[in-house]
Amino acid sequence: MASAEVEQRPRMARPLSPSRRRWKRTWAARALFLMMIPGAVYLLIYKYGPMYGVLIAFKDYSIRKGILGSPWADPWYGHFVEFISSPFFGSLMTNTVLISVYKLLWGTIPPIIVALLFNECRQVWFRRIAQTVSYMPHFLSWVIIYGVSIALLSQGTGVFNGFLRDTFGFTIPFLTSNDWFRSVLVVSDVWKDIGWGAIIYFAAMVGIDRSYYEAAMVDGAGRLRQIWHITLPGIRPVIILLLVLKLGGILDAGFDQVFIFYNVQVYPSGDIIDTWVYRAGLENLNYSLAAAVGLFKSVIGLVLIVVANRIAKRWNAQLW
Amino acid sequence: MVNQASEPELVTTEEAAAEPETKPTTAIRSRGDQIFDVIVNIGLVLVMLAAVLPLLVVVAASFTPYAELLRNGGYTLFPRDFTLDGYRAVLADARLQQGFIVSVFITVVGVTINMVVSVLFAYPLSQPHLPGRRGLLFFAILTTLFNAGIIPTFLVVQGTGLLNTVWAMIIPTTVSVFNVLILKTFFQGIPSSLFEAARVDGLGEWRILVQIVIPLSLPVLMTIGLFYAVGQWNTFMSAVLYVRDTDLQPLQVVLRDLMTEVSSDAPIEADAVVPTVTYRMAAVVLTALPMIVVYPFIQKYFRHGVLLGSVKE
Repeated sequence: MASAEVEQRPRMARPLSPSRRRWKRTWAARALFLMMIPGAVYLLIYKYGPMYGVLIAFKDYSIRKGILGSPWADPWYGHFVEFISSPFFGSLMTNTVLISVYKLLWGTIPPIIVALLFNECRQVWFRRIAQTVSYMPHFLSWVIIYGVSIALLSQGTGVFNGFLRDTFGFTIPFLTSNDWFRSVLVVSDVWKDIGWGAIIYFAAMVGIDRSYYEAAMVDGAGRLRQIWHITLPGIRPVIILLLVLKLGGILDAGFDQVFIFYNVQVYPSGDIIDTWVYRAGLENLNYSLAAAVGLFKSVIGLVLIVVANRIAKRWNAQLW
Repeated sequence: MVNQASEPELVTTEEAAAEPETKPTTAIRSRGDQIFDVIVNIGLVLVMLAAVLPLLVVVAASFTPYAELLRNGGYTLFPRDFTLDGYRAVLADARLQQGFIVSVFITVVGVTINMVVSVLFAYPLSQPHLPGRRGLLFFAILTTLFNAGIIPTFLVVQGTGLLNTVWAMIIPTTVSVFNVLILKTFFQGIPSSLFEAARVDGLGEWRILVQIVIPLSLPVLMTIGLFYAVGQWNTFMSAVLYVRDTDLQPLQVVLRDLMTEVSSDAPIEADAVVPTVTYRMAAVVLTALPMIVVYPFIQKYFRHGVLLGSVKE
C-alpha cells in the first residue's frame, strides 16, 4: 500500500520536507477525514470510553464519588480474588464454557454440511429457495425464538411434549429442567443460525478452482471423494478462521439468549458470566465486582483470540 | 459522465460474483451420481422443513381456540377449528401498541443514523490514498477484539445522559464495525478508474460518494440496511440495561414480559375465553411478521463474496 501512495504523488521540482509532505497529503484528504468524524466520535465515546471505565474494576466504585474520586480497592486486584474464590465461580465458568463449546461444535459442523448440500445441488432455482428459507430464522429475535420453543416444548401445551405424551406417556419440562436447559439453548442456537452459518462456507466452496474437480473426475473420483479431497480441504482456511473468531468468544455464551430463556429454576445449569454480571452490577449495584468479572472475561477472550490466531498462522488462516 | 462509461463493466463483474457457476452439468451422469443428487435434494428439503415447521407450529397455535385445546389436550399443527380472538386481543392491548410505536421509531431513526454514519466511515477507509488508513482501520477493529464489558458501557451511557431515554437504544449501537468492513470491502471493489476520472473532472469526495459510490453500491447498502434494521427491530438488551420507563419499552421487551408474566408452563385458566398461549403466540407472530415480510425482498441482494471478503481483514 505504501508503494501505491508513492506512485500517486506527483513529482515535484523541489522535494518538500517529510512533515510538510505529510501535512499536504492530510490536507488534501480533509473531506475524507471530515466524513469519518461521526463514526470516530462514536467509537471513541461508546467503545473506547468504557475501556477507561474499566478502571472501576480496580476501585471501590461509588456513584457519588465517580470513577476518579472513588478509592482504589485494597488490594487493587481484590475484586478479582473475590470472584475467583467465591462459591459461584466454578458453576459460572462451567456453564459458560460448556454452553459455548457445545455451540461452537454444533455451530460449525452442521452449517458445513448444509453448505455442502447447497454446493452439490444442481438445480440453481431449488438451491436459491433452500437458501432463502434456511437463512430466515437468523433474522428472528431471541424473544420470538423463545416463543417458538414455548410452542414446541412447554410441558402443558407444547406440541413436542404432546407428541411425547401421546406416544410414550410422559412429558419433559425442557424449559425449567436443569438436565435439559443447556440442550435447549444449544439446539435453539443451532436452529437459528444453521443456514446463515452456511453462507460463508458456501461462498468459500464456490471460490474453489473448478479445474481440481475436472482433474478428479478424469481420475474417476466420485462426488463423495471430491467433497472429501477437494471441497473440504479447499475451505479449511475459512473453517480455521471462523474457529479462531469463535474461540475469542468462548466466554460469550450468548447473553441475550440466556437472559431471555432462563429462570430461577435453571440458574444451576444456565447462569453464565454475563447474566451474573448483569445481576451483580445492575440489580445489586455491586459495580466494581461486576466490572472486574466483565474485565476478566474480556481479557481471557483477547488472549484466546491472539493465541488462536498465532496457531492459525500455521495453516495461513490467521485473522491478521 | 464518467460513471456511464464504466457502469456496465462493474455490473457484469458483480453478477459473476453473485451467481457463481455450479459444476458443469454437461458431464456424463452416472447412476451413482443421480442417486447422490436425490440425496442432496432430500437433505435440502429436510433443512427447509427444520427451518419452517417450528414457525408453522407457532402460527397454528396462534389460531387455536379453547375448545380445540380441550379436545386435543394441547396444541397441534393442524387445528380443525380456528379463531382470530388471539389477534383481536393482541391488537387491542395498549402495552403492545405502545411497544410497537417505540420499536418503529427505534428502527426508522436508528437505521437512518446507522447507515449515514457507517457509509461515511467506510468510504474513506476504502480509499488507498487516505493518510493513516492502517491506523484508522486498527482503531476500528480493536473495538471488536476487546470489549470493556457491560458495566463500564453502562457507566458511559449513564454519563452521556442517555439513561431512560429512547436514544439509549439507538446511539450506543450507532456503528457495527463488522458492517463497516463489509461496506469498505464492497467500495474497494469499485474500479479505481471511476474515482480517478471523477477527480480529473473536479468532483470532490462528497460528490464522488453521493453520485458514484452510493448508486453503484445498492446491493450492499440494502444488505447492510437489512442487518441494521433487524438489529434495531430486535433491540432487547439495551432496553433491559438502559431503560426503566415502561412506556419506552420496545416490542421485544413487552413480548418477553407477556410470555413470562405467568410461568410459561402454567395451566390454562379455565375461565379465559382466549387461551393464554393462543394470545401469546398471536403476539409472537405479529412481532416476527415485519422481518419475515421484508427479508425475502432484500435477501436477493446478498452477495456471498462480499460477506466472505470482509471476514478476512
